[in-house]
Amino acid sequence: MIPGEFEYHAPATVDDAIQLLAQHPDDGKIIAGGHSLLPMMKLRFAEPAHLINIFEIPELKGITEEGSMLRIGAMTTESELIRSALINQKCPLIVEAAKMIADPQVRNRGTIGGDIAHGDPGNDHPAVMLALDADIVVKGPQGERTIAAKDFFLGTYVTALEPNEIITAIRVPASTPGTGYGFNKLKRKTGDFATAGATVVLHLKGNTCDEIRIALTNVGPTAFRAEAPEALLQGREIDDALIEQAAIKVMESCAPAEDLRGDAEYKCHMAAEMARRSIRDALARAKGN
Amino acid sequence: MAKKLIAFKLNNQPVEVLIEARELLVHVLREQLAQTGTHIGCETSHCGACTVDFNGESVKSCTVLAIQANGGEVLTVEGLAQNGTLHPLQEAFMQDHGLQCGFCTPGMLMRSFRFLQENPDPTEEEIRSGMAGNLCRCTGYQNIVKAVKSAAAKMQPA
Repeated sequence: MIPGEFEYHAPATVDDAIQLLAQHPDDGKIIAGGHSLLPMMKLRFAEPAHLINIFEIPELKGITEEGSMLRIGAMTTESELIRSALINQKCPLIVEAAKMIADPQVRNRGTIGGDIAHGDPGNDHPAVMLALDADIVVKGPQGERTIAAKDFFLGTYVTALEPNEIITAIRVPASTPGTGYGFNKLKRKTGDFATAGATVVLHLKGNTCDEIRIALTNVGPTAFRAEAPEALLQGREIDDALIEQAAIKVMESCAPAEDLRGDAEYKCHMAAEMARRSIRDALARAKGN
Repeated sequence: MAKKLIAFKLNNQPVEVLIEARELLVHVLREQLAQTGTHIGCETSHCGACTVDFNGESVKSCTVLAIQANGGEVLTVEGLAQNGTLHPLQEAFMQDHGLQCGFCTPGMLMRSFRFLQENPDPTEEEIRSGMAGNLCRCTGYQNIVKAVKSAAAKMQPA
């Protein structure tokens, strides 16, 4: 299987890439690690006439600390996230999620920006970004703008990214005392997308949960926040009975597509179980933090 | 569409090859450069049979464009043996019966070659997760893991 014909571009800078994208508004496509796009091109689901490779652009690489935030270049690979001392120390949730993505070879090519831009409901970073309340930094001909993760994922393969824009970086808050996270993903085998996944970030003040975000993967047209269970747990001392009630609300919030991973009912139950585990993990970590 | 000339290092030798932009690295290695040790399995980046070392990292060459290798360094299974002497991993795969039909073996060797540089003294569990991107349809995993472990022991600095 070989992709259809295209002209290949390897711009040296983000501005050059944006210019190329502007020159080919209808048939230009950005390629990052290529592990979603190239398979689609082989199957002719995607047939760009101009392929613009941004994987090697230096300004899209690297992880830096900016005050209480971490800035992650969009072309940072999953392997680089896993190896980063800064991410391990300040935002270990991202490391845990990256380790569960695909396999070592794919993680050497797959990028955080590509995963977010693709808009596949099975991708793992979108829910992590929602749970972290991350900002997506994008750049187009008019310059840079920032989109909150909660406003970014609009539907299957549909995001708030304009066709002439490129994701340049992700900004996530560094973990603070009292904050805990949980990441649980059910998958059938290495390399598979989640049957269902739940990411939770919460903050405890004393024993009271004063902030919580629950984000779900692959149980709707896109990753999404489960607001009903969040509202239930917000401002409460979370105990097992409350977690059970939240799990039921998680199940009610899901609208998964039936596929080889299971029917809708099964996936809803699995999303609830992943959420139970993630809430418990997040609580334990928040108490230890 | 006009072909492009690319140049890269293949098994430490400079090579130049005329390609179409849409050609995948694995096809150029096998069909143009006659290095057929790298196998094509699933062509969907699942099975790992096409694993090569690219700029010091393991990649699946069915999901990298050959044009992306321009200026880079590629190591394939043909580059493992030095001066007619098998690499310790190749020896270990032979001694420990780490192959059955042999189809996945080039990918297994190239992944374990890089993996042992990332983690020179791995546990069995670490080997299994480090090699998780390579499938063996004979399901000969026990002896593959054993071979990687014994190669690691032999490669330890004395």
